[in-house]
Amino acid sequence: MAILEAQNITKTYANHVALSDVSISVPQGSIFGLLGPNGAGKTSLIRIINQITAPDEGKIIFNGTELKPEHVQDIGYLPEERGLYKKMKVGDQAVYLARLKGMNKTEATKKLKQWFKRFEIDNWWNKKVEELSKGMAQKVQFITTVLHEPKFLILDEPFSGFDPINANLIKEELLRLRNEGATIMLSTHNMGSVEEICSHIALINNAKVVLEGGVKEVRNKFKEGVYDIIFSGNMLGFTNALGTNFELIHHHETEDKLKSARIKLTEGASVNDLLKTVIPVAGVHSLNEVIPSMNDIFIKIVQQKEESDE
Amino acid sequence: MSKISLIIEREYMSRVRKKSFIIMTFLGPLLIGGLLSLGVFLGMSDSSIYNVLVVDLTPEIAIDSTSSPKAMFVDELKETSQVRFDYTTSGLTNAQFDSTDYTLMLVLREDIITFPEAEMVFRKLPSMKARSYIKSQVERVIEDNKLILESIPKEKFDEINTDLNIITVDAEDGSTSFKQEQAFIGFGFAVLIYFFIFLYGVQVMRGVMEEKSNRIVEVIISSVKPFQLMMGKIVGVALVGLTQFLLWVILTGILFSAATSIFAPELSNAATMADQVQATEEVANEVSKDAMEQAAIGEMAELILFRVNWPLMVGMFIFYFLGGYLLYASLFAAVGAAVDNDTDTQQFMMPITIPLVFGFIVSEFALTNPEGAAVFWFSQIPLTSPIVMMVRVAMGFDGSSIWELILSMALLIAGFVFCVWLAGKIYRVGILMYGKKVSYKELAKWLKY
Repeated sequence: MAILEAQNITKTYANHVALSDVSISVPQGSIFGLLGPNGAGKTSLIRIINQITAPDEGKIIFNGTELKPEHVQDIGYLPEERGLYKKMKVGDQAVYLARLKGMNKTEATKKLKQWFKRFEIDNWWNKKVEELSKGMAQKVQFITTVLHEPKFLILDEPFSGFDPINANLIKEELLRLRNEGATIMLSTHNMGSVEEICSHIALINNAKVVLEGGVKEVRNKFKEGVYDIIFSGNMLGFTNALGTNFELIHHHETEDKLKSARIKLTEGASVNDLLKTVIPVAGVHSLNEVIPSMNDIFIKIVQQKEESDE
Repeated sequence: MSKISLIIEREYMSRVRKKSFIIMTFLGPLLIGGLLSLGVFLGMSDSSIYNVLVVDLTPEIAIDSTSSPKAMFVDELKETSQVRFDYTTSGLTNAQFDSTDYTLMLVLREDIITFPEAEMVFRKLPSMKARSYIKSQVERVIEDNKLILESIPKEKFDEINTDLNIITVDAEDGSTSFKQEQAFIGFGFAVLIYFFIFLYGVQVMRGVMEEKSNRIVEVIISSVKPFQLMMGKIVGVALVGLTQFLLWVILTGILFSAATSIFAPELSNAATMADQVQATEEVANEVSKDAMEQAAIGEMAELILFRVNWPLMVGMFIFYFLGGYLLYASLFAAVGAAVDNDTDTQQFMMPITIPLVFGFIVSEFALTNPEGAAVFWFSQIPLTSPIVMMVRVAMGFDGSSIWELILSMALLIAGFVFCVWLAGKIYRVGILMYGKKVSYKELAKWLKY
């Protein structure tokens, strides 16, 4: 079941279209990656979901009903451009932000103390934000985003500005929150983290959704019949044997004196055909299908689009 | 609605707790109290004694057959508790004077009747009051002598000497009019409104800019509507202003009474204060030689105070202050949202400050011409009416002109509703717009978003 559905969202600013007939569906309990190059319209969509701006056309269905002002309590939002009041004390500020999300003071204070303990930052409570480093402030901000236990979390570039240790801490917290029932939408350029934690993605380019689905399905869909084969034998003989049925993309020698070649099957050829061709001239050690990384897919789609535009 | 009160609470508390607020709260009254005390102190120092050496160089002549010949001024200048005269008929050099104990040396030339000119040599510059007193005394003696020379009886001269007193009368009700004087009271209120709008309007702008440059604004408007955030800030700052104003009034009162009781114990007593006033008036009377006029001034002050409709004045002050503040603070908020940094504020501040300053100028103009057309029009335009109308309210309205007040109030309400709406539109878009230098054309587009 989808916790959030965007239906035919269109948003136009004075002289450019930010979103054009965008529909996405975020399954309950998923970690959903919202991908796309800069200026594609991700932030516009996120702001519409957060009810910061309204769409010109289309609607958002949240948890089965059309998005209403009351839903802000069910949504936690960590914007890409983030910050806190510099002169305010960390604790006071966190309580204030929690109260704006509808929590009462005592409840917010109690929960915050727990979170501060877990993140080992209890001694920051009475510090002013301006005394914190950027990474420290981001931690506080992350806590204020998730404190009211929202059903739906939207994080815009959550890992930027964190060192690898803290980025990992955030990653683990996200997985924990997901396991506890939250659905998470994250917008990021970090394709590694998408492959690592996202179960679903949508790729937005030039105001349109150009790709959507489960991460596995998407990656499988973009397989191009490319295989890595590791063998022993003569490279020249191997190349000659391939003939026109197979395309040698590149090859190199491995550390243990074996040969490695990346081969693309041409139309009509199967893996079996490949094996039949190479076995007579080489001793096959392994054969693996190359599944494209999200990074490759991203670049491919965005560049394709640019070329077709030209 | 509870969210907007949360925002108001934060805006209020964070400002009231600031060191600058606390410093200003105490420094303000100290400055005001200090100035007032200084005034009292200087006023007192004016009661210093002047021992004047009168060097009378006029020829010794007998005025009539019965009297013995003497110089014109000798023993003729009237002394007071503050000014004492000693006479000599032989000149002193300035250096010689410097070695005496006299405070002043008044040199009256031989032909002073034809060339009314005297020289006053001082060791310490005499106060305005002392100078004008001495001048009036010398003038009186010269006049008396001229009267004798021309054989005009003194009584006749007093009869001829005319001091015209113009009483302005309102044609509509035939009552004596003190409108110009009343206008001064209104001007005081106008100045208050002007400063308050400026001071706290700019605070609203800075607050908005802080949130924008901090980037916290996006987090907050994912919880509340931008309009709520803007209004929360405007109202919060207004409360801060009112708090500061109240504290100033209270602290100034305390400080002033404390200061006067320390530096001038006799002033803290109402009875002796009246004496002091009496004493000053006596001197003034001698100067103007017209006690009647003094009485008239006192009477007039009473009349003015009595004629200002105070409940209306205070009520309208609150109304125009709130209306004007809301109108301008929302515009300041819009400016804060539209820009990225301080330097960019200049171009948008101009159109806001010009009407504000203009209102101030018109209200000053209203002091000399309270019923001019400019005063009427600018007391109707919502951008200037909060300032200009104060002067008119102090002058009062009657049945046939009360519509002007009602219209102005209605226009102000319409004006601030419009400005808040307009500012809300700009604010909503502006706070999320970074790194773009905004033009007026751009702002106009935002209204359509």
